[in-house]
Amino acid sequence: MAVRRRSGVIFLRVDPVLCDGFGHCHELAPELVAIDEWGYPVITTEPIALANDAALASARLAVRGCPRQALRIERVNER
Amino acid sequence: MTGNRDVTMTTMPRLLTGHNAPLTLSEYESTFPVIARAGSLLGELDASGLTGRGGAGFPTAQKVRLLKAHRGHHKIVVVNAMEGEPASRKDVSLLRVNPHLVLDGAEVLASLIGANEIIVCIARENERLAGHVRDALAERVRQRRRTVRSSVQTPPGRYVAGEETALVHWLSNRETLPQYRAKRPHVARVRDRAVLVDNAETCAHVGLIARAGAESFRSLGTDASPGTALVSISGALDRSQVLEIALGTPLRQILAVAGADPDPQALLLGGYGGSWLDATHLDTPYANEALAPVGATTGAGVIVVLAREGCAVAETERVVRWMANESARQCGPCAFGLPSLAEDLTLLRRGANDAAHALERLTSRCGVIEGRGACHHPDGVVRFVRSALGVFRDDVADHASGRPCIGSGSARHYATVPRLDHEGELTWQ
Ligand code: SF4
Ligand code: SF4
Repeated sequence: MAVRRRSGVIFLRVDPVLCDGFGHCHELAPELVAIDEWGYPVITTEPIALANDAALASARLAVRGCPRQALRIERVNER
Repeated sequence: MTGNRDVTMTTMPRLLTGHNAPLTLSEYESTFPVIARAGSLLGELDASGLTGRGGAGFPTAQKVRLLKAHRGHHKIVVVNAMEGEPASRKDVSLLRVNPHLVLDGAEVLASLIGANEIIVCIARENERLAGHVRDALAERVRQRRRTVRSSVQTPPGRYVAGEETALVHWLSNRETLPQYRAKRPHVARVRDRAVLVDNAETCAHVGLIARAGAESFRSLGTDASPGTALVSISGALDRSQVLEIALGTPLRQILAVAGADPDPQALLLGGYGGSWLDATHLDTPYANEALAPVGATTGAGVIVVLAREGCAVAETERVVRWMANESARQCGPCAFGLPSLAEDLTLLRRGANDAAHALERLTSRCGVIEGRGACHHPDGVVRFVRSALGVFRDDVADHASGRPCIGSGSARHYATVPRLDHEGELTWQ
């Protein structure tokens, strides 16, 4: 999937209701997702620059790998 | 009409006029005059500066605009009188004494956004109030006063059931579970119909503004927090009560009017997701702009008075344990995190060997849990725990070093918590 270069930032977000806490996402994107003592993902609150291909790629990997489809990438327009 | 044997005597009877006996529709209409308004209703609402009285304090006019701009024909106004806060009685008292003011307000909101239905939500446990409001609705039908279809619905009365997304979810799916939503302005829906949810007290203020105008509304209160507010005050006083006070009234004065302990240890403000305020701040005006610098908010209008004999750690523990039980258990950080906070508070209260570790864990777990639920329930608990650790830092240090105060073993409690009886059988439907 080609990554278009755009300005702005994205956040990886988890829907805590859907998430089952098995921590797949932590394995797929350890630099973005930590895990708490109960096994639920703690997602970095740092905005991810859209231009940062590596981070974006692992965010996408986590989104695709989540068995509950609880993760999504939300784009926030920079002002 | 006014008598002095009532316990909910108010200092500022606007909303609570008729506190001695519920007002019938005709009594209500003779008490609250209609004053011809100059500008538009929405303009008046804007000028009044009214903010939501359910806890979030969002400007009501802004919310109305969002819904008004929303396309679609069938919109609904939901009057939220769930009052899940155990220490809060204000919406119940208000609906009991002055249902027509609330219903008028709801009808005004409905006309502003173009809604064709009003639903009043009252906790299922409060069967009598639901009946009372149904009677008031019937009275309006008989006197041909009703402008839109109105009904009363009774979701199960749990703490999170009053949360907006949970309420809306119940109305469409008969389950009071809060829903996850992305962080942007959002119009709630019940089966494709846009919904405006407002707290019962907020509706009553809208009714008042529609009748008497923004100027009269602003004649009490402060510039930043105009108008009056209902407060439910309990704890170290003879009898819990609901008072209507002008915003900006110093806390000390509120305590005096309520006949509360004039020299308390601290106050719990806002609700069980609120914060503690220690007694050195008793001269602070009761208004958000004055409370914010000392780390408190008016929230849902709850004040719990904690006497000097009380143990702040024990009170915090009881509240947090109850709040943990009230979690809808959909989200891991809330379902597992809140009980673990309650456990640590128990260890801290007992002041045994592991109390110091419990304190460390409390601080770090607060940071881990915050912001990770679908609704703000866990955030409220975290705020409350943090404020306890800050305000009572000396007591907390004593407990952590194995010297719990005398009050920690006492049976006298100040913060009302319902019995934890539905631990096993959680009712969501
Ligand atoms: S992979 Fe999905 S379901 Fe599993 S822990 Fe991560 S977000 Fe939750
Ligand atoms: S945060 Fe807690 S109360 Fe809110 S939806 Fe999740 S589990 Fe339920």
